[in-house]
Amino acid sequence: MIETVLFVILAVITTITAVMVIVQRNPVSSAIYLIITFFCLAGVYLLLHAEFIAIIQILVYAGAIMVLFLFVVMFLNLEKEKRPIIRHRLQKIFGVLFGAVLLFQIGMIFRSVLLQFSFLDGGKGNFSSEKVAQLGNTQVVARLLFTDFLLPFEITSVLLLVAIIGAIVLAKREI
Amino acid sequence: MVSLSSYLILSAILFSIGVVGFLLRRNTIVIFMSIELMLNAANLAFIAYARALQDMSGQVFVFFVIAVAAAEVAVGLALIVAIFKTKHSIDVDELSALKG
Repeated sequence: MIETVLFVILAVITTITAVMVIVQRNPVSSAIYLIITFFCLAGVYLLLHAEFIAIIQILVYAGAIMVLFLFVVMFLNLEKEKRPIIRHRLQKIFGVLFGAVLLFQIGMIFRSVLLQFSFLDGGKGNFSSEKVAQLGNTQVVARLLFTDFLLPFEITSVLLLVAIIGAIVLAKREI
Repeated sequence: MVSLSSYLILSAILFSIGVVGFLLRRNTIVIFMSIELMLNAANLAFIAYARALQDMSGQVFVFFVIAVAAAEVAVGLALIVAIFKTKHSIDVDELSALKG
C-alpha cells in the first residue's frame, strides 16, 4: 500500500518536473528541474529494489552530469530564448503531435510485450528478489560486472578515456 | 506492490516528453537535457524488466548506459563551448553551416 502511494507521488513529481524542463525559457531553471527529476527517478529505482543504481543515479547524474550542465550554462552566460513563439508555431504543433503518436506507439509495444509475458511462465532468470536481498544488490551487480560483463566493463574504461581526451582537444584553443 | 505496467507507462511518458523537448527547443543545452530524459526513460524500463524477469543483467546495462551518458555529456558540452566560441550563439537555427 505505502509502496503504491510512494510510486504515485514520485511518478507525478517526475512527470511534472520533466515537463517543466522542456517548457522553461531559462536553461538554469531547466537544469534545476532536471535535477529534481533525477532524484525522483532514484526514488523509483529504490522502489524497484535497485539500490546500487539509485545511488549511482544520484552520484553520476544529479552530481557530475548536472554540475557539468550548470557549469556550461553559467560559463556561456546565455540570455533567455528571445525569439517569439510565432515563428515556430507549425513546428511546435507537429512536435507535440509526433510526441503523442510516439507515446501511443510505445504504449502499444509495451502492451503486446506484456501480453506475451502472461503466456510465458517459466522464462524467469535465476535472481529472485529473496536471493538478491540475501546476497545484497551491490554484490550481485558487482559479481555480474566482473564475470559475465567483464569485456564491456573494460571497454567502458576506454570509452571514458576517449571522452576525456576528446573534451580536452575540443576545449583547447590550438592543438 | 506496483505492477510492471505502471513503471512502463511512466517510462513511456518520460521518453515522449524527451522527444517533444528535442523537437521543440532551439537551445542546444536544453536539447541535451531532453536526450538525458530519454536515456533515463530507457533506464527505468530496463530496471522494471530486470525486476519483473528476476534477471540482474538489466541493472548492469543501466550501469553502462550511465557511463556512456557521462562520456556523451562531456564531449557534447565541449562541442557546445567550441561552437559558442566561433558563432557566439548556441541556437540550433544559427548552426546551419558545415564549415566553422
